[in-house]
Amino acid sequence: MTFDDTPEEAAFRAKVRAWLDANAPKHLEIALAKGGFGGSGLDGLDIMAESKAWQAKKAAAGYGCLHWPKAYGGGGFSPIERVIWGQEEGVFGVLSSMFIIGHGMCGPTVMAWASEDQKRDLLPPLASGEHIWCQLFSEPASGSDLAGLRTRAEPAGDGSGDWIVNGQKIWTSGAQHSDWGLLVTRTDPAVPKHKGLTMFFLDMRSPGVEIRPIKQANGQSGFNEVYFTDVRIPGAQRLGAVGDGWKVSLTTLMNERLSIGSGMSTGFPELFDLCCRLETPSGPAIEDRAVRSKLASWAVKTSGLKYTGFRAISALSRGDTPGPENSIGKLVAGATMQDIAAFALDLQGQGGAMVDPALAAATARFQGMLMRSPATRIEGGSDEILRNIIAERVLGLPGDIRVDKDVPFNQIPTSGR
Amino acid sequence: MNFEFSDDQIQLRNQARKYLEAKCPPKAVRAVLEGDQPFDRDLWNGLGEMGYLGVVIPEAYGGLGAGYLELCVIAEELGRVIAPVPVSSSVFLATEFLLTAGSEAQKAAWLPKLATGAVIGTFAVAEGVGPLTPRAIKIAASGGTISGVKLPVADGDVADFAIVAARTGPGTDERGISLFVVDLAGPGVTREAVETIDPTRSHAKLTFDRAAADPLGAAGEGWSTIGAVLDRAAVLTAFEQIGGADRALEMARDYALERMAFGRQIGSFQAIKHMLADMYVSATLARSNGYYGAWALSTGSSDLPEAAASARVSATQAFQLCAKNNIQTHGGMGFTWAFDCHLYYRRANLLALNLGALSQWEDKLIDALRAKNAA
Repeated sequence: MTFDDTPEEAAFRAKVRAWLDANAPKHLEIALAKGGFGGSGLDGLDIMAESKAWQAKKAAAGYGCLHWPKAYGGGGFSPIERVIWGQEEGVFGVLSSMFIIGHGMCGPTVMAWASEDQKRDLLPPLASGEHIWCQLFSEPASGSDLAGLRTRAEPAGDGSGDWIVNGQKIWTSGAQHSDWGLLVTRTDPAVPKHKGLTMFFLDMRSPGVEIRPIKQANGQSGFNEVYFTDVRIPGAQRLGAVGDGWKVSLTTLMNERLSIGSGMSTGFPELFDLCCRLETPSGPAIEDRAVRSKLASWAVKTSGLKYTGFRAISALSRGDTPGPENSIGKLVAGATMQDIAAFALDLQGQGGAMVDPALAAATARFQGMLMRSPATRIEGGSDEILRNIIAERVLGLPGDIRVDKDVPFNQIPTSGR
Repeated sequence: MNFEFSDDQIQLRNQARKYLEAKCPPKAVRAVLEGDQPFDRDLWNGLGEMGYLGVVIPEAYGGLGAGYLELCVIAEELGRVIAPVPVSSSVFLATEFLLTAGSEAQKAAWLPKLATGAVIGTFAVAEGVGPLTPRAIKIAASGGTISGVKLPVADGDVADFAIVAARTGPGTDERGISLFVVDLAGPGVTREAVETIDPTRSHAKLTFDRAAADPLGAAGEGWSTIGAVLDRAAVLTAFEQIGGADRALEMARDYALERMAFGRQIGSFQAIKHMLADMYVSATLARSNGYYGAWALSTGSSDLPEAAASARVSATQAFQLCAKNNIQTHGGMGFTWAFDCHLYYRRANLLALNLGALSQWEDKLIDALRAKNAA
């Protein structure tokens, strides 16, 4: 066991460190470090312009999409080199957030299913940040039950080979900034739900596409609803065969689960810091026995996630695929952050209710965490779906009994009709 | 980075698993539970023959001279089968005390016999009910002898010698605490078996009446030596707990696949699936924290206090959760004497108290994190 790099890894690390030292947007470093839940460091910045500029610079040097083939605008680097890059890029990686869905999910799906010409057209501008992609999967009536989606795609019937799309998607991150969207639709409602789906990609500026921001429970608007009214999609923009949409979407979802980030935050370091500073009648909060016990439990969840990530990196370093233990990350981090936020407010007494960064402790970041963390436990696979995945794929327990399995989609009872 | 056991270590694990599955099936544990033998002597002798008891003891003292990663691997396998033998007392504690603070003569006298299992050592510190603090150590040493009572002492009824924490100075703080090696077969030692929540691991009350006591390490440094050795033992015990947690989870999974209710496998109900998923999460976090502890122990890192406490807290939580939910998954059958669930439940709750209770390790973890933040 060693945390040390192999000689090759050390050489790569030195190379990217030197490049970052010469090229990273250092004027943003402090603002980016302060960002995140409750942080206000990014206010007043044109974050989109800064992100695109940094992405273009990285892509020109081969660091835009490290794991993609060079032919498609990537760097052709190994998974472990990608991890090292992430460690070295540090806070500047925050600027990649609007490209994550494109690079991590849409791009790999295009790579697996589009024609060679399409790949050479679409992927390089995605890698360089010139184009932004969004993923149009979830619908109001199909979240966890994704295959229950209802957005219809029908042949235009005018000899053009085009398709006409009507329906609605929801929870689309970055739709308002996107040039392209990856869209899964229903093309045959008379067959069981998984069999009647077809995948397309479309120009987000097509006539009939309407994007409306969703006002979230925490008052922010990070997601959108996307409405489709007689939107025309050229037949050549279909990915996979008609009826193969579920299979294609699994490519996307698998890539979502394979992407290894720097580990999800639990809010523990921030809470620890608060407990060291917050005075109580018996001294700093951290002297309190009950506080220490809770902190210890959250500490080992946080360190456990960190070292689970290290085990996954080790597997990559050896050329193996990381094991299923990686699936626990969001499940643990989301619930832990929610608990930590509530406890941090408790420590602040009635003053914990305040959300003005000038008045609340720790510039109100715990209040921000409290209000955002419910979403973490739902987005990208709810806690319940993740537990099902662990139970079925890791522990080998039976799948749920599905009453809609062999029923034509248009005969499945729903709450909406 | 390589945060995984090596191929050789994995091979050692496979060898140990195969050996223990053959030599320590549940019925061997049950024989100790229900019989009058305090531990499985045949298994103990076998472990000595395999070299498992002297893994980290240098070759000069008759051990294998291998590393702590190898010992962690073996600890995990012993935990999987809840082996009813005094490994934790003799290997994780007594041996570590001698390696950490023993004189040349003490090492030469005891280590070769510890390596083969010819003698059993233990650590006697608790003096009744209450947390492990310097104040709680009242037993007195003077003039080369000790007098007083230690209770409970794991394997105190079967050990040949004990490392005993005693008070040599005035006051109640840690500066007055020193360690001694006491031959338990010598005059002035009375032992009396004490029943605990886990009868597959024997415990005793040791009464010393002017028993000969050989100082271990310098006078007054006993408490800091205890801290250092407990950190080492905590990592090793964490692997024992990780092994137990994994096995309890497997037992629950297997039963959930086999048991039918309401016309289907109970493992098809989300209430069961999600409970088992949570057990898996807990066991995975414990394993990853354990690897951090193993790394710190094997490299002599200054991170050891934090890493050991992280491993200890996480592994204690995981084994307790998996053991109790294993019973829950089994339903009424899980609460019968005949099913093995209670054996894991007993061991999980015993190991949670060995080396000091969970709440004390939580304290140690926060102290270590504060020290690191201040640095």
